[in-house]
Amino acid sequence: MQKLASFEVNYLQYLDEGGKPANDLPDFADDHEVMVGLYRSMQLLRHLDARAVALQRVGRMRTYPASEGQEAVGVGASSCLSDRDVLVPYYRGTAMMLGHGVQPHEILLYWGGDERGSDYQNPLAKEDFPIAVPIATQMLHAAGVASAIKLRGQKDRAVLTEIGEGGTSEGEFYEALNVAGVWNLPMVCVINNNQWAISVPSEMQTAAQTYAQKAVAAGIEGLQVDGNDVIAVKDAVGKALDKARNGGGATLIEAVTYRLCDHTTADDASRYEDAKARAEAEKKEPLGRLAKYLLNLGAVNEKQLDEFAVAAKAEVEKEVKIYFDILENKPQPPSAMFDYLYAELPERFRAQRDEVMRRGGE
Amino acid sequence: MPTLTLIEAVTLALDHEMGRDKEVVILGEDVGRNGGVFRATDGLQDKYGDQRVLDTPLAEAMIAGLSIGMATQGMKPVAEIQFMGFVFPALNQILGAAARMRNRTRGRLHLPMVVRMPYGGGIHAPEHHSESTEAIFAHTPGLRVVVPSNPSRAYGLLLAAIRDPDPVIFLEPKRIYRIVKHEIEDDGEAYPLDTCFVDRQGDDVTFVAWGAMMHETLLAAEMLAKEGVSAEVIDLATVAPYDVETIIESVEKTGRCVIVAEAVRTGGVASDIAAELAERCLLSLIAPVGRVTGYDTIMPYAKLEGRYLPSVDRIADEARKVMAFS
Ligand SMILES: Cc1ncc(C[n+]2csc(CCOP(=O)(O)OP(=O)(O)O)c2C)c(N)n1
Ligand SMILES: [Mg+2]
Repeated sequence: MQKLASFEVNYLQYLDEGGKPANDLPDFADDHEVMVGLYRSMQLLRHLDARAVALQRVGRMRTYPASEGQEAVGVGASSCLSDRDVLVPYYRGTAMMLGHGVQPHEILLYWGGDERGSDYQNPLAKEDFPIAVPIATQMLHAAGVASAIKLRGQKDRAVLTEIGEGGTSEGEFYEALNVAGVWNLPMVCVINNNQWAISVPSEMQTAAQTYAQKAVAAGIEGLQVDGNDVIAVKDAVGKALDKARNGGGATLIEAVTYRLCDHTTADDASRYEDAKARAEAEKKEPLGRLAKYLLNLGAVNEKQLDEFAVAAKAEVEKEVKIYFDILENKPQPPSAMFDYLYAELPERFRAQRDEVMRRGGE
Repeated sequence: MPTLTLIEAVTLALDHEMGRDKEVVILGEDVGRNGGVFRATDGLQDKYGDQRVLDTPLAEAMIAGLSIGMATQGMKPVAEIQFMGFVFPALNQILGAAARMRNRTRGRLHLPMVVRMPYGGGIHAPEHHSESTEAIFAHTPGLRVVVPSNPSRAYGLLLAAIRDPDPVIFLEPKRIYRIVKHEIEDDGEAYPLDTCFVDRQGDDVTFVAWGAMMHETLLAAEMLAKEGVSAEVIDLATVAPYDVETIIESVEKTGRCVIVAEAVRTGGVASDIAAELAERCLLSLIAPVGRVTGYDTIMPYAKLEGRYLPSVDRIADEARKVMAFS
């Protein structure tokens, strides 16, 4: 017998749990402005999530999926996007969306039950997809956008998408990786491996040792990174996007992290999660780790960190006000449910639109 | 006798049948340890073990396909799809394979399987969590589609669905999962899957509804009673293949019919009933058949969903319209 194929999966980590460099750092890690920017983006998201969950508890927000503990994944990845790249996010993709110009109040509007939350106003996000709720559908949309880029011979453009580790069990995940391999598509997929698919732990999702190796059968590159280390995420995704933009094809990046919150506000993780596992995971949490690194680097002092927290809270409050203002003072008319169904509403549906308007006050 | 909500009645029926028949297995996303996101399978894994209540990887085509394979081996899988909006990856299996197996093999293989899913709107859930697409299944010969409208019916119809030798799509109206309670004796009595239920007798107009809309329809009937209009209310219950004879018998008596459905207007089960009435009791009708349905548009998100769902007022207005006609 003769060995035909073999594979290896590499793991990338720059900052250890204590925020100390575990490896030779990439250049950007010395850039104070870049690193402080990443920290502040992660912090903004942490506050936005906390505020959204609090709003849900008092009935001013609907079901909301927080990203607590996973901020480094989306913040690090989206910091590599250019204005020509396209983002195809999933429902826990708030970090990536904010990183590509979506406004916090748009995120709040969407989860507050208002369709206008997907009508992104920032030109940066004008070609970005709205979030995918049906799991894994986004993978094929990303492959489709990447196909268009490839077929038109566009240079310097790539697609970034994200999926949960549970989502990698869906057929569409494999279909997308497969075509990305055969067609050498300019796309990067980040797996947010937060260890849980609602109540189902990662070990019940796959018998493979890593999610990164799911790339192997598709003939594309796969690697695993410490998803709580924003430097590792940014480094890996940045290189993968560059490769994609330059005709080098697709990459699958598994970011290992932990969901330090309920699945959504509709969930109660205490039903299935071991409190000890959660406590262990808290120690590896990404924000505190980065703060330690920044302090050691001399990029910030404790007082500045406090100021950043105050500023993040103020920014979130400003966005919450915009959200309230839109809901209270500029609600959608009921007819909006018909106005975006087709380029022009078919004659047959006009009477129904009229009825909705007539009954508007109900 | 325990007093149970609709969701608790679902759990009781599952428990009863698992205890009675060791071939019954439950599979789906989050159904084991977590007891289902709505708690339909709460406690069942503790009671029957993880070889009979299976937390699957996250893949709906897989859940449906596995159920088909298991069923050919004489097992009785009761699969859960977490929300009806996520059944689409499984349609290839359900419509393309499950519905056809008995026919393809001329009876050599058959599928005693159930696919349960919460459906319908009105709980302010996120996008894709509120649609009513029962017509897709009702349009597929070889499937039964069953929708309970209250706790007793959930218990009796789910028992019947599990015992039925053919695939049954069991749609649970999640808006009424917890709004009413019934006293239910755990006697293992199944309800028939080939009849509808007359829940209110009346002489002037026949309402036909199913699932959560039964709630608004009964309220509308009460409202009309105060106006001197006597409405008969029929719970369709088994949406496909449905019992048209009971409906026709009622309409021959009342001469008027209003069909109420949460699903979109075009191509729905309500349209099919209207067509049957047009074909079979034209001469008994003294007014055009009315339909009150969801609008022909995408189910709006939480802020506008209340404007979308058929309301008691809309239902009563339609009845007033047919009453005014003659
Ligand atoms: C096709 C489909 N099936 C089921 C669901 C319901 N659902 C929402 S999130 C979720 C778990 C997802 O876990 P994972 O992919 O790990 O992502 P995470 O939420 O952990 O980020 C499930 C089952 C869905 N949204 N789409
Ligand atoms: Mg996950």
